[in-house]
Order: sequence, then C-alpha cells, then structure tokens
Amino acid sequence: MVKIYKGNAMKSDRQLVAHLMRRAGFGATPQDLDSLTSDKSYEEIIDDLVTPERFEPIDMSYVERYYTGEPVAVHVGKWLYRMANTKRPLEEKMSLFLHHIFPVAWGKSEHGPSLYREIEMFRSTGLTNFKHILLQLSQDPAMLFWLDNHENHKDEINENYGRELLELFSMGVGNYTENDIKNASRAFTGWTFRQPLSLYPYGHHHADFEFLPEDHDYDEKVFLGHVGNFDGEDIIDIIVEQNAAAKFLSRHLYNFFVEDEVQVPSWETIDPKNPQAIEELSKAYMESKGDMRHILKTLFNSDFFKNSLTLSKVKSPTELIVGVIKQTGEFNTPTPGIHEFAVTTLNGSAIEGPLAIMGQRLMNPPTVEGWHTGSEWIDSGTLSERIGFVEKQFADPTKPGVSEMVSRAGNLDDNPSELVDRCLDLLGAVNVRHETYQSLTDYARELKGLEDSAGVHNLIQMTASTVDYQFA
Amino acid sequence: MVTEAKEKTLVVIQLTGGNDFINTIVPYNNEHYYDARKKIVITQTDVLPINEELAINNNARPLKRLFDEGKVAIVQGIGYPNSNRSHFRGMDIWHTCEPDRVGSEGWLGLAIRDLDPKSENVLTGVNIGQGLPRAMSVAGVPITSVGDLEGYGVMNKIEQERLKERSLQAFKDIYGQAIGSGQVAEYIGKTGLDVLKGADLLANVATQYKSSVEYADNSIAKSLRDVARVHFANLGTRVFYTNHGGYDTHANEMPTHPKLLSDLSGAISDFMDDLKEHDAADDVAILVFTEFGRRMRDNGSGTDHGSGGGAFLIGNNVKGGLYSEYPSLNPNDWEHGEDLKHTIDFRGIYGTVLEQWLGLDAKPIVKGEFEQIKPFYI
Repeated sequence: MVKIYKGNAMKSDRQLVAHLMRRAGFGATPQDLDSLTSDKSYEEIIDDLVTPERFEPIDMSYVERYYTGEPVAVHVGKWLYRMANTKRPLEEKMSLFLHHIFPVAWGKSEHGPSLYREIEMFRSTGLTNFKHILLQLSQDPAMLFWLDNHENHKDEINENYGRELLELFSMGVGNYTENDIKNASRAFTGWTFRQPLSLYPYGHHHADFEFLPEDHDYDEKVFLGHVGNFDGEDIIDIIVEQNAAAKFLSRHLYNFFVEDEVQVPSWETIDPKNPQAIEELSKAYMESKGDMRHILKTLFNSDFFKNSLTLSKVKSPTELIVGVIKQTGEFNTPTPGIHEFAVTTLNGSAIEGPLAIMGQRLMNPPTVEGWHTGSEWIDSGTLSERIGFVEKQFADPTKPGVSEMVSRAGNLDDNPSELVDRCLDLLGAVNVRHETYQSLTDYARELKGLEDSAGVHNLIQMTASTVDYQFA
Repeated sequence: MVTEAKEKTLVVIQLTGGNDFINTIVPYNNEHYYDARKKIVITQTDVLPINEELAINNNARPLKRLFDEGKVAIVQGIGYPNSNRSHFRGMDIWHTCEPDRVGSEGWLGLAIRDLDPKSENVLTGVNIGQGLPRAMSVAGVPITSVGDLEGYGVMNKIEQERLKERSLQAFKDIYGQAIGSGQVAEYIGKTGLDVLKGADLLANVATQYKSSVEYADNSIAKSLRDVARVHFANLGTRVFYTNHGGYDTHANEMPTHPKLLSDLSGAISDFMDDLKEHDAADDVAILVFTEFGRRMRDNGSGTDHGSGGGAFLIGNNVKGGLYSEYPSLNPNDWEHGEDLKHTIDFRGIYGTVLEQWLGLDAKPIVKGEFEQIKPFYI
C-alpha cells in the first residue's frame, strides 16, 4: 500500500472516498477529493449520491447545441459528456448499470432517438424501485422493438421478450418453466409502440408506447403458480415479489459495484462470491419492496463494500474512458469531438473508436446478454487499446487537465517516490500494489536525462498504463 | 488434390444469434416446410438447387459457387441433446463441450494448448475482433486478440529510442510482477506480456500484405481480410477465430437474413480467392457454426429459438457435399413442440476437425467419442 496524501482535519478518508466515487460514479479529480473529504463524512457523501435532486442537473439545452445530429455516436457522445460532468454521478452510473443488464442495440432498429430516450428513461428510473423500472422497461419502445414485442400478437405469440424478461432481466434460469414464459408472453400481447414521425421533414423523434386492446390476450393465464387474467403489469407485480428477483438484482448490483462475479448464465450453477452480501442486499430489497435508494445506501455503507478496495473489479471501457477524460478536462465544456470515442464501423464509421476496440460499443451491445464483464474485458487486443488510449490522452499538454496535472506533479528533479505519490493522487488516489509502486519509482528516477523529451507526463502515462489502473 | 507436409490452419466463423438453417439450406420441395413456414419462407423460385430436395438460399450465391466447385461440406442437423433454447447456455455448450455443467475451458483453447504446449508462440491462436470468445479461453493459454491490426501493441507513440526502451522495460516490470498477485491481476499481467510479444511479431503485417482481392465493406469481410493478412505473414497461427453477429432473427427476418447470408458468403468467397492468389488454399479449412437452429413454425415476422441447425466446412481440401442427415421436417418427429431433432452431435464435428485436420487427440477436448464424418482429402 502506498502512502496516501493527507490533508488537514479531513471528515472522511481520501482513499475510501476515491474508491466510492470510482464505483458509484466515474472517479474524482484531486480537487473533487479535496472538497469532498474536507466537507463531508463518508455517510453524508452516500446520502448525497442517492439523493441526486440536491444537485443541479446538466443543462442539456446548452449541450445539445454543440452535439447535434442523428448518428448514434453523437448520442453516445452526449452520454459520455454527462458521465464526465454530472453533479449526480450515481444517477448516471445507474443508467449505465441498467444499460448493462437491459442491453438494447442500435444495430437492429437503427433508430437513435428511441435509444437515446431509453437511456433517459434509465436515468430517471434508476433510483426508483424495481417494479417501476421493469414496468418502464416493458413499455419502452426501444426494448419492445429490440425483443420483438411489437410482433407479439394475441393469435401469434412471440416469446422473445417474455423469455428474456424472466431469464435475463429479473430472475434467472431455474426459477420458472417454459410454460411461465408462454403465459408471460401472452400477458404482454398488445404492448407495442407508435411509429415516430418520419425524419423528413419532421426531424428527430422517438417512438412512443402504445397498448392495443384488440391485440391483447384477455384470457386466463397461469404464471408462477398464480392464476388470473393477467396483463404485463400483473406479471411484473408477481415477479418483483419473488425472492429470486431480490437475489438476482442483488447479485447484479454486487457484480457492478463491488466485485466481479462470473457471467450471468453461470449464476444458476455457481454460488455468489459473497453469499452474505447477497443476503444483506436481498433483505434490503424485500424490506423496502425493491427501493433502489435504500438498497444502494445499504450497499455503499456495508463493510463488504468498504473492504472491497482490493477486490477484483475490472474497469469497463466506459469507466476507463470517462475516468480519463474527467482527468484530462478536455470535455469540461462541450468541446467538439467527444463522439469520436464512440464511433464504430457498426454504425457507419470507417474506423473503430476506442470504446469499440476496448469491447464496449455503448448503445450497441453484442447480444441481448449484454457485455461479458470482469476479466473478460481484457484480452490482448483490448489491453493494447487501453494502454494506447491513456498514452495518447495524457500526452497532450494542451488539455487543461493534463497541464494542471503536470504542473502539480512537479518535475524530474524531485524525489522519485514523492513524485510517484503525487501522480497516483492526481489520477484520483489510485491504489497500486507495492511492486508496481517500486517499478514506477525506478522509472521516475531513471527518466531524468534519458532523452530531451522525457518528462513527468511519461510517469503519468505509465501510472495509467499499469495493471493496477485497470481495476476500478 | 495435392497435399504438403505443411501445417494445417483452421478458421472458425461463429454466426452469433442462431442462424436459421432451414432458410439457408432450403428443403424447397418439402410440403412440411411450406406448411410450417407461412411468412418466413423461401419460395421455390427463389433458390439455388443442389439436388431434388435441397437448395441454397438465393442470397448466398457465392456459397453456391464454392459448393459447385466441390469445396463446401454442409453438415446437416448438427446439435446437442436437450437444447434449452437459451443463446447463452447454447453458446456456452458449443464453446466448452459441456452440455451438463457450466464449463470454463474452451475447446479451441485446449486445442491450441496441444498445438503449442509450451506456449512458445502467442500467435498460435488468433481472434479477430473484440472480446475473447470463450471457445479460446483456457487459463494459461495465450491468445492474441486483434481488434485493430494497425494499432496493436503498447508505447507505440514514443519515438525516441532510449525513452521507448525504458518505458517498455517499465511496462514489462509492472506486468511481470503481477504474476502471483491474484488471479485477475495475474491474468492481466500475462496478457500484457503477450501483447509485447505479439506486437513484435505483428508489427509489419499490415504493410506487407498485398492482394488483388477487394473485400466488401462489411464487418465479416473486414474480419476475414485481417485473417488473411495475418495468415500470409506466416507467423505460425494454427487457429483463427472471428464472429459474424445478427442472426437472432425473431423479427424482420425476411429483410435481414438475406443480407447476412450475402455478406457472409461473399466474404468467404473473397477469402478463398485471396488464399488461392497467395497459394495458401490447400492448408486452410473454414468451420462455420452457430449456437442453434430456429423453430419450424415462424412467428409471423421471424423465427424463435429452436435446435437442429447446420454447420459448414469449406476449403480446397474439403470434399464438398452433404453430410449427416437433414433433420426430419415431419411434425411427428419434432421435439419440444416444434424443434427439429438434431442428427449429429456437434462434438463429432469438432472431433473431425481436431483429429483429421489439426492432427490432435479429440477425446480429452470434446470429452468423449462422438460420430465423426470424413470431409477432408488429406
């Protein structure tokens, strides 16, 4: 463990708060950490995180003037801008969480406005309760089209949505039968959407939810042992009362915020890494009827979260990229170019941007299962891109955050280990293993006099290229 | 067919989502097909017949050309027992050969370990694309996964020689020390060291490649072009992997499936031409697979998950033709309502490729002995 920067009379621990802000948000700059730790206790910071209304939202009317147009990369760009600049980090992190577990890809509909609108729905529902989330999801045009519920008719069942709602979105395999899938699918017949106005001459419009009573199956259904003339909302009501739903959501939250779990399809057969934690979260779910604020507060205040600093949690490409652009400060204002992080050949660009090469095309997940996370983010190709990305981002001293970091870090004449300490803190109080710390110190010592161009920026780049930096 | 003692290479193409085999190799004279498929159906006039019963989908014209040249083995009715229709479980099973439990070792990862037991070459197995497929993932087996051939490697942007060298050394120190510090850190550490090795080898591949073949502008064509570029550099790669997504055609199958087939078959045929131009066609075989077939009846707009799909083996040294049996289309023979019953186990086809093409012992990899076919001239 490295020496940690210590200020005067702090109300909360700098490294713990840095950890919290990486997990509940997209990391913190040293300036953020200065003010958070001096003004607020750890519990107060969590209270702020789960109560985003206390902070001004980003004025998107201003941002959208700079980032215009229909390409999906622009929509993702706007989202990245929000992640990097929001004063409500958990709200934004929850929208990413819901995109992970309810993944909808642009590639099928090629309809950006509806997809962007879905992310807005995730943002506004992420901190409500699970029933509300599932209901909004089941009425979301992007999802309805993605899983073909508009093709789920009274006389011709399409069970795609019904199956994935149970298998991937709420309970997991082993908690229902093929018959439950069929009956759930019947209950969602007639849940569809109205076509949006056409692009020409009306402009960009999203689709809207529509219920078609004449296409709905009003007959009796049997679902998880309940019998009735259920519609989709009744099905969701039954789902959210299940212990299986509490456990499923808890494991997702644990996987996303605390420690990497195995991939979702293996949950049926492989026990959680920390069954006790899943119990605690499930209890919070059951006692609050799926209230997300209560569950998340329980999570961040728990001992298992506070002790998770050294547990394995690999940054997603989005976390890595947003974490870096927060540091470089390049997009603290709506500077052009943020969409370039998100371009991909899948949406018509000639080249792949860094998100794509690192394996996470936002709004274009590979399948309905979403992304495989944890160590599966890393292979030789994605790792090569991660290193190349930070190298490039921190090489440019014209970026406001980079020049600030370089000047705050000091210079190569300074004591090497103090130099390394400052670089680690500047990158958001990064936690590194002892061996890494030693290697960085050796590197810092020898950089001087190596070449004319060698400087502190090389040490910052190397710090962000370490194995340790790949962990959230 | 001339064969040399040269080592054989396998190219695996994964069709992600569950390709509708019935609409790919169409039973164009079968009443059961036309009874079950009302809207998602290929009409009798819209096919390229290969015999009295079966025809290749009209949109896969390049595949028909390769078939006529005798280079395409169609493996009919490939599947596994008790399909549960889940993509994820389905892919897991195809990737690990473990239908009864969740496996963690990929079949190609195990094959690569046998081909290169001391991990002497990080390029023995190469994935083209983002994300390592589970089929290639086995702890300790290095796989090079190339999302961007031109930008592969680290510290590429440092120009001054001594600084670059010292930076690479620091990187090597840090990644090397991660060995022994927890499973994931160790994995990342090892991957970083493999990147250094692979980057040295791949440094000139992109600029060295020359070809008169012009691949189309779509994802699978680009991926196969990258396979060609790496293969022609003679870096010892024995297994290539890439994937083509979008086959989960629950809805809008009629407009989307034809484009997939057209992109795929065009890319394969360009790749074959490229191999020929580089005098490399005899030593490469392509295996095309998907996680399951789709159901007999359509749902009005597409088709839902089923079983009993199909695979393809393609190459100069492949004996073209039909293998195994087309699953029975008779409703009396359907499983789980309206799934086709598979006629050959996929592990037998893996075994065929592993033993007859790569010269490996298949049994420990596919976990048992399964019926094989004889699709190679060698």
